[in-house]
Amino acid sequence: MQLALLKALNEERAARRAAIVVTALASGAQRLVKAPDAAKDELREALEKRLRSGKSGTEETPEGKFFLTVFVPPPRLVITGAVHISQELAPMAQRLGYDVTVVDPRTAFATPERFAGIRLLAEWPDKALPSLGIDAHTAFAALTHDPKIDDPALLHAFSKNCFYIGALGSKKTHAARIERLKVQGATDSQLARIHAPIGLSIGAVSPAEIAVSILAEITARLRLGEEKH
Amino acid sequence: MQQEDLLGTAASWRAEGRKVALATVTETWGSAPRPVGSNLVIDGEGNFLGSVSGGCVEGAVVAEALDVIESGKAKLVSFGVADETAWEVGLSCGGKISVYVEPVS
Repeated sequence: MQLALLKALNEERAARRAAIVVTALASGAQRLVKAPDAAKDELREALEKRLRSGKSGTEETPEGKFFLTVFVPPPRLVITGAVHISQELAPMAQRLGYDVTVVDPRTAFATPERFAGIRLLAEWPDKALPSLGIDAHTAFAALTHDPKIDDPALLHAFSKNCFYIGALGSKKTHAARIERLKVQGATDSQLARIHAPIGLSIGAVSPAEIAVSILAEITARLRLGEEKH
Repeated sequence: MQQEDLLGTAASWRAEGRKVALATVTETWGSAPRPVGSNLVIDGEGNFLGSVSGGCVEGAVVAEALDVIESGKAKLVSFGVADETAWEVGLSCGGKISVYVEPVS
């Protein structure tokens, strides 16, 4: 790999932009295809498929074998609620490679002491979320138990097509939430996307165990996709 | 999920004037421990970061990388149970992998 190509690739990665390195395995010839340029590339179909899956691999073409190294931005996790579970969930998610942001307007909860090393925004979701660039590479967890905070954030997560959406609360709490969100215009298919009660059913008791169950559920959604989970 | 910024490391090692090779898993068969696209970054002294097999064949890949750094020519190498050398370097999982080793020039 030419150093110039490596540097250009690292620039794309630093800016959270997807890119693919195409290597002709026979000749060693290499080029960088930035995501917006994939549509006009000769390997267009293969490139676009791999940008969606995020998986690297070999493509056989009449021109020979090409190895495509795929770089998609690391997933994000946005949490509403600077609560006890979040204190466990945020650092664990960082270990799994997530770029984590915690949002909670309640300044008694949202203190840097409780969230060392975590991006923490002590603001209402309406103000904080639009600037975060939430996208389909983002998981969202609503953990406040407070409809004033969680509901607008859930509506934002729907509109940005987050790959995972989870919400804390019992089945009864969740049924009430569904009714509230319907009134605010959420569709049935959007509401069906909420994982609630949040987390895989592993009998989690402590905040750390609940964090594990949530991250297991997020991982399943990330790696297995919608249909298999 | 990549924990270390291996490609950033490759660029900064090169900027320091070190000779650098990059190894990338291009194919796996059976129960290979690291997915396609995994990287190992190697310098001319044999220092390395990352993983292509969870420790099974890193030593052999580093040796190939030193060759590649020397020759300046990339190569595709395979390890697995079908290959006699695989028994020596030991892919304990019983899988097979191909690794593309290239100089960073």
